[in-house]
Amino acid sequence: MHLMYFTEQPMSTYPADKGLEFGATALMFSNRYFDPVDGSRLYNEFLEQYLYAEEVGIDGIMLNEHHNAPFCMQAKANIFAAILAGMTEKVKIVMLGNPLPLSENPVRLAEELAMIDMISKGRLVSGFVRGGGQEQLAAGVNPAYNRERFEEAHDLVVRAWTETGPFRFEGRHYQNRVVNPWAVPLQKPYPRVWVPGVISRETIVWAAEQRYPYIALNTSIADTKKIWQTYDDVALEAGYEAGPENRGYLIQVHVSDNEEKAIENARQFRWMQGEFTGLAHPVWSTPSGYSSPRNRRAFVEFAAGRRANPRGQTSFEQQMEDLRIIAGTPDTVVPKLRRILEETRPGILALWGNDGTVSQEDSMTCIRMIGTEVFPAIREIAKELDLKSPFEAEAPVSIRYSTDLKAPAAAAE
Amino acid sequence: MAGGCEDYWQETGVAGVPVRYCRCGAGSPVVILHHDIGCPDRAAFAEALSASHDVLMPVHPGFGLGSERAEWMRSVRDLAVLYRGLLAGLGIGRATLVGLGFGGWVAAEMASMAPADVDRLVLVGAMGLQPREGFILDQALVGYIDYAQAFFKEPAAFDAVYGREPTNDQLEAWDICREMCFRIAWKPYMYSQTLAPLLGSVTAPALVVHGADDGVVPADCAAQYAAALPDARLETVADCGHAVALERPEVLARLVQDFIGE
Repeated sequence: MHLMYFTEQPMSTYPADKGLEFGATALMFSNRYFDPVDGSRLYNEFLEQYLYAEEVGIDGIMLNEHHNAPFCMQAKANIFAAILAGMTEKVKIVMLGNPLPLSENPVRLAEELAMIDMISKGRLVSGFVRGGGQEQLAAGVNPAYNRERFEEAHDLVVRAWTETGPFRFEGRHYQNRVVNPWAVPLQKPYPRVWVPGVISRETIVWAAEQRYPYIALNTSIADTKKIWQTYDDVALEAGYEAGPENRGYLIQVHVSDNEEKAIENARQFRWMQGEFTGLAHPVWSTPSGYSSPRNRRAFVEFAAGRRANPRGQTSFEQQMEDLRIIAGTPDTVVPKLRRILEETRPGILALWGNDGTVSQEDSMTCIRMIGTEVFPAIREIAKELDLKSPFEAEAPVSIRYSTDLKAPAAAAE
Repeated sequence: MAGGCEDYWQETGVAGVPVRYCRCGAGSPVVILHHDIGCPDRAAFAEALSASHDVLMPVHPGFGLGSERAEWMRSVRDLAVLYRGLLAGLGIGRATLVGLGFGGWVAAEMASMAPADVDRLVLVGAMGLQPREGFILDQALVGYIDYAQAFFKEPAAFDAVYGREPTNDQLEAWDICREMCFRIAWKPYMYSQTLAPLLGSVTAPALVVHGADDGVVPADCAAQYAAALPDARLETVADCGHAVALERPEVLARLVQDFIGE
């Protein structure tokens, strides 16, 4: 089991009333409300949290990035990854991930990640994402080609990591005259790639085809099981049997030495009216062409206020009930996590420890208790349930490097 | 036009893509190129012109439900070239081009790439040029209904075309249109950086029409077209928004008929 700590790095000091007044806290909510004095303090607090996470024995630090919104201060995940590469010794630096379509030159991304891998002495896990809809608008990147760019940029990055240069790349969206980066990853054949996601079936299928672990982001137990069913079916078609080493799960868990305080702090997971990517117009979060055509009808009806958000929107109490938010002392948190592990069998688990205005002191307490009490118990449960991480299972980095592929079931019959 | 233009829908293949078009009336050929929000069923403007002309109104491939898109298409100029192929295939050698909004951009591209094949050019609230002040309204940032409503000065005029509560089919059609706009006109958004110098080659007389209350395309775009086209006249339609053909169909039909008859 690989156990990680995650924070969205919330810009928690923005004036909430201004967001409500404007009616949005994303994309076009003015950055006049971003105070760099607070920003400087918060970035350093997050760094303090990450260093402490390593100190208390957590295996990995999960990083992400978003743009134009207070819910996440990381505008470039590679910056924190680079800092952690130099300042930490043991933790895996798990990027979930770099938004590939936003890159105009994926070779530069390949270089940055190779540098992080070398500086960290081989501790990089290089996850990739499509980026949210609002990210496409913030970056001026065409949402209609999002998935094409994602897959093509991935192919270019992997080639830049694994093929001896110089070579030429002629894609539909990327054309590189001379690919010959003088920075290549330390890990061979290349750093592990994990793919996080929420609802897009296409991404689950793609991850399974690549044999990349898929990290379900705070989905319900029922939805998580559906995700694994899809993944497992594609895996069999591709010639391998998926297991815990292919499955990751991120969940909002706040731990405290006091039940009441834990629940009070956990309410911050629903800050910004429970819209964790901020209040926004639906056409910003799902620009035309960004989502699968099968979701088109549901999204246009949602955008016109004619149906509920297809992504779901439930109350704090319901989320606690569904175990999408867990809060309490280690004694109450561990049994709930055990149930999730039993039901969904992941080999990778990330705890999103705090959000919104949870104080630095409470965040540090949470990290300490996760590291010294919750995770040791989870490790025992993982052993009992045989939940191995990709590292423990010595899983191949990708399908291309798999030596155990069977003929597809259908063909064998 | 007893049954109205809607009875005259046909389909033909161009560049591997099925193109739906309505053709009705008799007389000199007039090609109407529709807005970026699709081709409404109720086309009073086209019907009015069909009384004295052979009116051809294609649906831009990929704009709306049931309109197959050309996966390869990457620019508005590609669409203009495709339409050159459509006209050639239908045996229409020389036609009057009437472009509405986004369709005005397509018409301007068609006129600049084959000046000898244009009889008259009519651009109505045409996109395609970068306004020197302001911006072309960016549909990426606004809702489907909000964007379509911005095409009209009077909310009642919008209601008359799309209904007070547009159907879910209509919303879906707008999303499909929007996706196609992004595919071919994302960046720079809704204008070309290479069209303006080419407009000087257009030899046909041009009528540039602009709704006085156009909230989508700044009036400066019309002024630039009128200045760049060698033989152009600018007309402003009072009490009218961007969608002149939908909000003031009879006024536009009269302007165009008079212009063609000159």
